[in-house]
Amino acid sequence: MLRRTLLGAAATALVMTTGAFAQDDKTKVGFVYVGPVGDGGWTYEHEQGRLAVVEEYGDQVETVFQESVPEGADAERVMTQMALSGADLIFTTSFGYMDPTMNVAEKFPDVKFEHATGYKTAENVANYSARFYEGRAVQGYIAGNMTETNKIGYIASFPIPEVIRGINAAYLAAKKVNPEVEFNIVWAFTWFDPAKEADAAKALIEQGADVILQHTDSTAPQAAAAEASTDGTQIITFGQASDMSEYAPLPRVSSIIDNWAPYYIERVGAVMDGTWESQSVWHGIAEGMVGIGEISDAVPEDVKAGALEIRDAIAAGEMHPFTGPINRQDGSVWLEEGETADDGTLLGMDFYVEGLTGEIPN
Amino acid sequence: MDLSAISPTLLVASLMVAATPILLAALGELVVEKSGVLNLGVEGMMITGAICGFAVAVETGNPVVGFFAAALGGALLSMIFGVLTQFFLSNQVATGLALTLFGLGLSSLLGQGYVGIKPPSTPRLNLGPLSDLPFVGRVVFGHDWVVYLSLILCVAIWYFLRRTRAGLKLRAVGESHDAAHAMGLKVRAIRLAAIAFGGAMAGLGGAYLSLVRVPQWTEGMTAGAGWIALAIVVFASWRAGRVLVGAYLFGGVTVLQLNLQAAGVALPVEYLSMSPYLITIAVLVVMSARGTRRSLGAPADLGKQFHAVH
Repeated sequence: MLRRTLLGAAATALVMTTGAFAQDDKTKVGFVYVGPVGDGGWTYEHEQGRLAVVEEYGDQVETVFQESVPEGADAERVMTQMALSGADLIFTTSFGYMDPTMNVAEKFPDVKFEHATGYKTAENVANYSARFYEGRAVQGYIAGNMTETNKIGYIASFPIPEVIRGINAAYLAAKKVNPEVEFNIVWAFTWFDPAKEADAAKALIEQGADVILQHTDSTAPQAAAAEASTDGTQIITFGQASDMSEYAPLPRVSSIIDNWAPYYIERVGAVMDGTWESQSVWHGIAEGMVGIGEISDAVPEDVKAGALEIRDAIAAGEMHPFTGPINRQDGSVWLEEGETADDGTLLGMDFYVEGLTGEIPN
Repeated sequence: MDLSAISPTLLVASLMVAATPILLAALGELVVEKSGVLNLGVEGMMITGAICGFAVAVETGNPVVGFFAAALGGALLSMIFGVLTQFFLSNQVATGLALTLFGLGLSSLLGQGYVGIKPPSTPRLNLGPLSDLPFVGRVVFGHDWVVYLSLILCVAIWYFLRRTRAGLKLRAVGESHDAAHAMGLKVRAIRLAAIAFGGAMAGLGGAYLSLVRVPQWTEGMTAGAGWIALAIVVFASWRAGRVLVGAYLFGGVTVLQLNLQAAGVALPVEYLSMSPYLITIAVLVVMSARGTRRSLGAPADLGKQFHAVH
């Protein structure tokens, strides 16, 4: 009996502290990460964004984050915990957090949520994503020019639109400069598992790929490519989400850098002055959310110049990576000559373009 | 689809590399569990070994020293578990889980300065003409020394547990600590030694990940390998030979499915990825249907606390 009373008292105390937190004039911001902050890729860049928020607002904000949160029920628990402990704004930074975010947001109408790379919104849920496919087009161009075996290995994570879009964009760009090019795609079914990512890179390299593109979060494929490059053949890779410049100039020849800081600062600011509203943003190279990391000297001058040209044309809006004529994998027409893809189709992309082999797993 | 792109030689060779970390960790845990202790901290000890081995290998430029440091690091960490569970009689399950959390945190702290560094390489042994033989040259004679060490240890552990007096004592402690104690065996000392050995093996397995298989240091890089090692011990029904089979099966499925995908074979990846776990569950169900826990081969006093009363 005594024990129960004590527990009750403790619970009351907890609730009271939570209440005190909520009334605090500091804006409390939570971040939910899918990998560790030291992954050197995706989560690392979100963490840089969080640090930028702290830098910008100093004492006015209090940030909390939780690393390596599995996508699913666990994520819901973590978000609930953050909301209960007085968070005003919660960034959930992986596609798989979409439904958990919607569920938790429904229970906490006063807390604002920002979900990355999804497509659902609500009164208190905004979503934001970057047009990574623009960067993929630049990568595909370099890859298509540089491959000697004409085999490009692609380590994919989950069969979601964002990943499929990246594969298609890279393939179209590579195919344009090198009609012989072939893509070998491996689905790792994980965002972060260095050993598995390295194994996937090795399997692709052993089967003749000399360019490795990755859509997983760690730098393991870069390390595996560096290791495999020693005996005569040079493998090249691209930094994913983060610059991964520690593997430059070879095997990493360029990268896609996600820059979340300006967006995070803007949105935290909006919560502070009460102007936050639900929205759906999709920024690309032009807005600076997608950056192209330095193209190393291992890339021939003319290829480098061509890649930069593509980057600038995309930024200026003169070029769209998905410009027709493009057929779907089954041969049916997707885009007519000169037609560009609309955002709706891109956001829900669930098909390969013509020329890619294999099937997208369910 | 182009199956000819898959080289069986390279496939088997990379299967062995993929299996080695879990094989080492599972062999260590096998000895620990045979002594009647359930240490769920394998994941934490592995990742601590991964960073200790990586850091020392980078600082000294010598991967062999790195592996020793990894074993030492894993063993030291396991001693926290040992002291808590053997002297303070804390709950083994809870302490083991805490050890995993502690190991993950400790390793990311230790690893702060080691992100993005290339470790000194652990070369494959060059056995002259033997390594040039087709297939067997690469598969049997073309590995780094740790792969051979893991295989030797597997045989050694089988021999130790089955054929030596010391192994018999260790099993006795695991089967009935009270009887062993009555016979005059030093239950705590034997268990502590087993725990330290398990920690060292997990550390070696972790270092194999960070120094050979990946090779780099990334926070959280074991990504569940320690839990797989634990599952393999159960799958193997506490026998060294079957631990080897289990680890190679698991490594095999992982590598094979990646290779099949790279070759463009349409296959249900999700099912292949989960197959090792499904097999473990199936083995458990089949075995437990045949009788009690005993028929699984589980040590009778596994996870029980020992307190000498007389």
